[in-house]
Amino acid sequence: MTLLDVKDYAKVFEIHHLGRRIGVFENLSFELYPGDFLLVTGPNGIGKSTLLRCLYRSYRPTAGAAHYQSHYGEIDLARAADVDITLLRREEIGFVTQFLRPRPRVSALELVAEPLLTRGWAWEEAIQEASDWLEAFGLKTDIWHAYPTTFSGGEQQKVNLARALISPRRLLLLDEPTASLDAETRAALVERLDRLKEQGVAMIGVFHQPEEVMVLVDKEIRLEPTNGCVRGIEKELAVCG
Amino acid sequence: MQATSRVNAVSTISLDPPRLITMQPLLRARGLTKRYGRVTAVADVDVEVYPGELLGIVGESGSGKSTLLRLLNLEEPPDGGEYYLDIPGYEGDNLFELDRFHRREVRIYHIGIVYQYPHLGLRMRYTSSGNVAERLIMTGERTFAAMRQTARDSLAASEFPLDRMDDLPFKLSGGMQQRVQLAKAIALKPRLLLLDEPTSGLDVSVQALVLDTLKRLQRETGITMVIVSHDLGVIRTLADRVMVMRQGRLIETGLADQVLEDPQKAYTQQLVHAKL
Repeated sequence: MTLLDVKDYAKVFEIHHLGRRIGVFENLSFELYPGDFLLVTGPNGIGKSTLLRCLYRSYRPTAGAAHYQSHYGEIDLARAADVDITLLRREEIGFVTQFLRPRPRVSALELVAEPLLTRGWAWEEAIQEASDWLEAFGLKTDIWHAYPTTFSGGEQQKVNLARALISPRRLLLLDEPTASLDAETRAALVERLDRLKEQGVAMIGVFHQPEEVMVLVDKEIRLEPTNGCVRGIEKELAVCG
Repeated sequence: MQATSRVNAVSTISLDPPRLITMQPLLRARGLTKRYGRVTAVADVDVEVYPGELLGIVGESGSGKSTLLRLLNLEEPPDGGEYYLDIPGYEGDNLFELDRFHRREVRIYHIGIVYQYPHLGLRMRYTSSGNVAERLIMTGERTFAAMRQTARDSLAASEFPLDRMDDLPFKLSGGMQQRVQLAKAIALKPRLLLLDEPTSGLDVSVQALVLDTLKRLQRETGITMVIVSHDLGVIRTLADRVMVMRQGRLIETGLADQVLEDPQKAYTQQLVHAKL
């Protein structure tokens, strides 16, 4: 069964003080099944991140539909009520960015554990799970109880990734998650994503260095300007390995 | 991005009513209106909040956000509108039509409020624990032990240092006073907590701690909150959804990150982009 069916998706920004509308993409269509990894490629600034943000509803799409098969039933993410999106974000759809928003005075360990605590996990178990993830991404144990606002970019990104991936999801949106990471941590991330893929988690990703994740990729959608508008060209790739 | 003149008219997709959420809203208000003489402070505003949600209300001075909160706290009679809370004994009742006795009962048992200025919410001549215990006295409780325990539990939940329970408010810092207000507001475990600029006027480091307490409280108790703030950073940190108000009117409403990152209305775009 299709997990996500995107049809004729479009995004236009209306900048009121300029009196202008700026089109980003239109007529984007693709399908995603459980365990699929869809890579989004295209030149810088073409709208790859905008596509992910529209699916997550951090941006409002302007046209089209994104039919998603949730645990609760089918729903069009493009027109779902805000409270339904909040529920899906809490339980099913994750978004991984390169920008951590650490809360002041909250330790790295607690930030990572928080999605589990929100879902009702006991403190000790959530913290243990958070520790496992931070260890997997190689964050030094002596800063687990420190505040991420003081961390380096790479350290913040490790916290970011762990927090985004710790809670079980059906769909993950990955927006340049490997930015600021060293090679070892990037490899650890690919390994974790591979495990999630085997568990049936579907993923849509934008990567600065897509060659690092080609082992995971099933499909690609390439955004290219066509007659002044951006459309997506879908390619089915042979499964590797 | 591709600028194009051939893009069809922008039509923001209209949102459907909730379909996955099976719960009823905790708070439903329609057509809220409040006038002071010729000035319309709140003009025909609808509010809906689901259990466990944190709704932020943002706007500049004079937007009507604090007046709206006072209407939701049943502090002021409205000039129009209906207000329903899904609370025991009052399901389906328009709370604006209740008599004084029942309005007071709703305010004591089902709604907590934290004001911007502690002296509005605290009795400065009572100790911190005394302020919290006052909530129980309002319910008819007279047992000292019960009041003391409730005060202790509430102050602990607000992360107030218990060794200062018997201090008078004037001895406490601004952040501590807000924690006492919070403890008082949640003492009877209301389903709805209203907060009017809870961290304005606090030092930045103290703000962070209070915001964190609110976040933990929401996570651990599932309490529903409505927070008024002019500070977009506070809203971004705490809120699930946000309403933007201007001159008494609702301008835009949506998911907090969406309104702040992809504001649809001209005023909201101005407001968001003015943030330093």
